[in-house]
Amino acid sequence: MAMMALWGLLALLAITMGAKAVDTPFAIHMFIFALAAILALIFKARSFGKPAADTSGYMDDVVRYGAIATVFWGIVGFLVGLVISLQLAYPAWNPDLEWFNFGRLRPLHTSAVVFAFGGNALLCTSFYVVQRTNRTRLALGNLAWFVFWGYQLFIVLAATGYLLGVTEGREYAEPEWYVDLWLTVVWVAYFLVFFGTLLQRKESHIYVANWFYLAFIVTIAMLHIVNNLSIPVSVFGSKSYSLFSGVQDALTQWWYGHNAVGFFLTAGFLGMMYYFIPKRANRPVYSYRLSIVHFWSLIFLYIWAGPHHLHYSALPDWAQTLGMVFSIMLWMPSWGGMINGLMTLSGAWDKLRTDPVLRMMVISVAFYGMSTFEGPMMSIKAVNSLSHYTDWTIGHVHSGALGWVGMISMACVYHLIPRLYGQKEVYSLRLVSWHVWLATLGIVVYAAAMWVAGIMQGLMWREYDANGFLAYSFVEAVAAMHPYYVIRAFGGALFLVGGLIMVYNLYRTIRGAQPVSQPVGMVSAAA
Amino acid sequence: MKHETLEKNATLLLIFSLLVVTIGGLVQIVPLFFIQNTIEKVEGMRPYSPLELAGRNVYVREGCYVCHSQMIRPFRDEVERYGHYSLAAESQFDHPFQWGSKRTGPDLARVGGKYSDEWHRQHLVNPRTVVPESIMPGYPFLAEKPLDPKGFGANLAAMNLTVNNGKGAMYSQEDIDNAEADLVAQATGENTDGLMQRYPKAVARNFDGAGQVTEMDAVIAYLQVLGTLVDFSTFKADMSR
Repeated sequence: MAMMALWGLLALLAITMGAKAVDTPFAIHMFIFALAAILALIFKARSFGKPAADTSGYMDDVVRYGAIATVFWGIVGFLVGLVISLQLAYPAWNPDLEWFNFGRLRPLHTSAVVFAFGGNALLCTSFYVVQRTNRTRLALGNLAWFVFWGYQLFIVLAATGYLLGVTEGREYAEPEWYVDLWLTVVWVAYFLVFFGTLLQRKESHIYVANWFYLAFIVTIAMLHIVNNLSIPVSVFGSKSYSLFSGVQDALTQWWYGHNAVGFFLTAGFLGMMYYFIPKRANRPVYSYRLSIVHFWSLIFLYIWAGPHHLHYSALPDWAQTLGMVFSIMLWMPSWGGMINGLMTLSGAWDKLRTDPVLRMMVISVAFYGMSTFEGPMMSIKAVNSLSHYTDWTIGHVHSGALGWVGMISMACVYHLIPRLYGQKEVYSLRLVSWHVWLATLGIVVYAAAMWVAGIMQGLMWREYDANGFLAYSFVEAVAAMHPYYVIRAFGGALFLVGGLIMVYNLYRTIRGAQPVSQPVGMVSAAA
Repeated sequence: MKHETLEKNATLLLIFSLLVVTIGGLVQIVPLFFIQNTIEKVEGMRPYSPLELAGRNVYVREGCYVCHSQMIRPFRDEVERYGHYSLAAESQFDHPFQWGSKRTGPDLARVGGKYSDEWHRQHLVNPRTVVPESIMPGYPFLAEKPLDPKGFGANLAAMNLTVNNGKGAMYSQEDIDNAEADLVAQATGENTDGLMQRYPKAVARNFDGAGQVTEMDAVIAYLQVLGTLVDFSTFKADMSR
């Protein structure tokens, strides 16, 4: 009853804010928020007086929803990525309408992939793993549902905001102040559910996957709050100004930005690696000691690496040098983790021939190793002087995002969905195999095109002719990019086609199957 | 202490993790607010005028920073192509900073004064009319969007609440009270005495050549001020920085 009143109040508040809005996007957002609150109210009202649901088993409905949301947002993110890659290859793909130009669609693509696709993968796998490894149901009742739906609302507000031009202008932290506040509420709830579940565990040891998930949740909270500190122009408007300016703002942003990679896209996904690879290979983690060293060194070193995004900028030299040194050191824990993941297959390598899902996991860890070598190399100032501002960086990001994050997430979904719906395996392993190879080929084409493009771009910018003049105008380097932008779009299309095959395969897996509930402490025979 | 202790105590694990991830940020970011030479002493820098700030807001809104940097690195080719390398002092009033991370298009840190207003207007409406090989989207809608000066002072007031490196408020009450008038004066080139006094070196004219004040006026005013304020004849680099 109290919850219904709370949702009603929130809806009223949002409608009032929307009515007094000083700009249209803010009004639209407040009405979306009010609509969500009213839906929550109706849902609460409909379940009023009904007998309480069975809460003895694992809480897996929210994991099922999360797995499906992962796939949905993944396809959205890949598709928008393909569209903007075509905008770069053929500018006519920009409709010259304010909502669909590259500048607004690019944050939509990055956020859809990082926060919607990656975020849902993290939510659903962390909820699944924390229950299994601690042999207990998720803590705090339906709060996990609030986390799931609250997070989807965040995604909708962020995505519509980008199209409407609501942005803080900070890469990977574009949503405005009120959306940031909402995400903070959802994130605190997420932390409470996860940590509460750890506290009520039935296992004496906390399994290593949970360390990574916990560090990811806590660190993202810290980064999100500090990086988004800003002063709204009006509490009834969407515009705000960042609290810090210039050089301090730049380092705060890249402290956040690099650790969105380090904690959102790495630590959380290492949690997946530490649970699902041993499960899938049916082998214990290669080295327990290595996982301890891996965990502490990784989370300690990552947070220092931000300044390598600001080499040769107006950031003082001492900070740049610190950033470079720590970025290079970061190579070691990264490869320690990769070795721990790959060597878990000792004695089970033959399974790669028969199990395309495991193959996908191994390829993802291989890409992790590749991009965590490339990253430290690019953080060396001399290399960075060539690579920075070029498409090499874009290639590097995508070998990490498509290869590591995308592949491990999709492999986990392939593993989870049949188990959550009482099936032994996905509908077709043959189609999984097609997906694995299409996606791998797509990434290789993408990354190779961007290496060539980026290095060529960097060299053209600094090329001098015999008389000591700059050899190329800027736009000559732009024109030279065209073939590589076309090839890159082709690579992205291959990756998207792989994703669509996954959708069909999972649809056939779920169709006709019933969700199964598993009793706490029991691990299904197939899992 | 054995590691086992942490593995068996979730609260301890939480506290240790939080401590470990806090250190790097504290060591790197906090000193930037206190070390004196982080922001160079230069002559000529001033906060943005209302019209320039409005233009900057459009620049941020349209995501220009995803393709254009505003940070010239101290390399021979960049200095020859774009001008003097960028100083921290030049972005000290930038909330948020717009240094960027990618140059799909050229750096804009010193684009001010390099092209005519008319070039910018045509380029923003359809980039390929002036640069055939360009892959930039067109922004014809900027010329059609009127810029309402009403209440713009609230933006200056909000900027005053941000951290300004211990230098106090960026804008005076007089600046805030005159924000609307200054915005119109700069976009029309009429009655500019107060504007010029408050914002030295401000360029005031009808930027888009059309009757009403539009977002196009604001964006061009912003682009035309970029990199033009610092007096480099009095600037001396601090080698210990």
